[in-house]
Amino acid sequence: MDEKFEPLIIGFCCNWCSYAGADLAGVSRIQYPTSLRIIRVMCSGMIHPNLVVDALTKGGDGVLICGCHPGDCHYQDGNLKAEKRAEAITLMLEDFGIEPERFRLEWVSAAEGARFAQVVKEFTEQIINLGANPNRSG
Amino acid sequence: MKVPDVVGYAKTLPNVVYAENNLYTCSNDTQERIKEKIKEHQLNRVVVASCTPRTHEPLFRNTIREAGLNPYLFEMANIRDQCSWVHMHEFEKATIKSRDLVRMAVAKARLLEPLQRQSVPIVKSALVIGGGLSGMTSALEIANQGFDVYLVEREKEIGGNLRRIHYLLNGEKPQQELKTLITKVKENDRIHLFTEAKIETIEGSIGNFKTKIAINGDSREIEHGSVIVATGAKEYNPTEYLYGQHERVLTQLELEQRLAAGDGLLKSIGGNPRTVVMIQCVGSRDDERPYCSRLCCTHAVKNALKLKELSPTTNVYVLYRDIRTYGFKESYYTEARQKGVVFIRYDKDQKPGVSKNHDGLRVDVYDQTLGIPVEIATDLVVLSTGVVPHEDNKTIAQLLKVPINSEGFFLEAHMKLRPVDFATDGVFLAGLAHYPKTIEESIIQAQAASAKAATILSRESIELEGNISQVADENCDGCAYCVDPCPYKAITLLEYMREGAIKKTVEVNETVCKGCGCCQATCPKKGIFVRGFKLEQIGAQVDAALGVT
Repeated sequence: MDEKFEPLIIGFCCNWCSYAGADLAGVSRIQYPTSLRIIRVMCSGMIHPNLVVDALTKGGDGVLICGCHPGDCHYQDGNLKAEKRAEAITLMLEDFGIEPERFRLEWVSAAEGARFAQVVKEFTEQIINLGANPNRSG
Repeated sequence: MKVPDVVGYAKTLPNVVYAENNLYTCSNDTQERIKEKIKEHQLNRVVVASCTPRTHEPLFRNTIREAGLNPYLFEMANIRDQCSWVHMHEFEKATIKSRDLVRMAVAKARLLEPLQRQSVPIVKSALVIGGGLSGMTSALEIANQGFDVYLVEREKEIGGNLRRIHYLLNGEKPQQELKTLITKVKENDRIHLFTEAKIETIEGSIGNFKTKIAINGDSREIEHGSVIVATGAKEYNPTEYLYGQHERVLTQLELEQRLAAGDGLLKSIGGNPRTVVMIQCVGSRDDERPYCSRLCCTHAVKNALKLKELSPTTNVYVLYRDIRTYGFKESYYTEARQKGVVFIRYDKDQKPGVSKNHDGLRVDVYDQTLGIPVEIATDLVVLSTGVVPHEDNKTIAQLLKVPINSEGFFLEAHMKLRPVDFATDGVFLAGLAHYPKTIEESIIQAQAASAKAATILSRESIELEGNISQVADENCDGCAYCVDPCPYKAITLLEYMREGAIKKTVEVNETVCKGCGCCQATCPKKGIFVRGFKLEQIGAQVDAALGVT
């Protein structure tokens, strides 16, 4: 494995819990790997499975969706819908010949800055172990 | 990170005609500058790379609106919270990531569209949850501004924790004030008080909430435009230091009750106590509750001074970990030492021991200054118990969709910029439900929260969010997959005649839709999307992040 491999991970964070959790990690100066590129969405339930599959077929090394903990969703239960879709996404990735381990769904609350950083750290390590996405060009 | 590098990079991106570096992008001067540059370069999209859109997007949206642009033609790259603050030791990598985040924001900005907001009328009344000092103050403030208030209290009596506070350090006697306050609340025609009541459901959003309250087996529905959460907190119920097993082990609130009652305390031990030992940080700053309860040091100093006032010959010992009589209350700590109160520091790993000693008590503590164990025979042990949140905060938080922190207290939208607001519009916070606070702090926060609530209630209508769902009729074939997942039942299936044939499609009720996007993620045909979060717009950010076009 190439030791200098720097994974590129797309993170979809819901505005109300996990994006706020990422902000709290910032405010608290909790350090985490530079691998993540966060895209703010209103709810984890708005992420179309195609967005995840596209990101990985186009060469992203990993995709992380973060939503509110069950029961805390700002829109009642968008996070639970995201959870159901995550199962479908995993199956789709297998069809596309992409390791399902490149995709992860996590719950992070607005108060969990440390947990957010921990999730990014763990997922980055997981992706480093998987190696670069073969679909990645250049 | 290398900011000039990021600015230089931004200038090279397609469609970017102007980029500059500001020391404080949120300052008034810079807002004016942004407006000037919009006019000078005829800009039609603006990207700010700075902090979080959760706090500052409204400000910049307003700025570009003042320059004549639609406020939705704005995008932010959060390079502070996501780069400079979390990659402090990775200068180069943070700079590269900042470039990426700016490129992603520009990619999205390119596809942004002007959006309009729907306007809906406001229900001019407020719900205040909790009838303690903060709740009562909030209710009165709002009522005095001419709006109806529904004040909901779980207990039989209003007044909350203040009912147990009998004197303050400055000599004030809050019980008289409390009586006046309760009378004012009960006599105010605009305040509708429900006691022994429980919130069952809360629906709706800013301007138009519907809440069901259970009162004595009855259920009542009320409508209101804003909410103030003032559910309070309570005293930690100790299990340590023989509390509940020995009648002479009290909490500070119990001691205060007896001192205020006059002879109660003294009579029970046959005269003035010769010795009183207070133990700090009981149920606070331990593994289970790592936070400082803020009030207990001041409370101990207050009661120690009271004891010295009533009986100057009584020995008072305060066993503490760190004395935090914060602010100007520090002077009372000095006064207590001057009056002979003895402060002995103990360590978290070497807590004092309390045991029975004939008809009194014995306290063992290791004195760090003397470096020897000390044994104190005492008539009373008083525990400075921490402040703990109510268990039902969790329920209220889930009903309102607002966060609580890991300790169980409610979490404000921003500790400096929005200290009485929740991230959810129209919902505010006051008092001990937030964190341990003094009477003055609770009153001030209640006034702030009610002022914020009143700014909503004083309006005739409110603009709804522009980022809501829209149907792409040309793509929609009426499969109705999106209808059931919608949490607000905002989508209906309909049929109409087009070119001589029946066309099936869906319709979005724009005053009900909140823009969660469950429909968009469910649709297999790109037939419905959330404005501002379209698949193309999010996809453009993904592509920009990956460097593919």
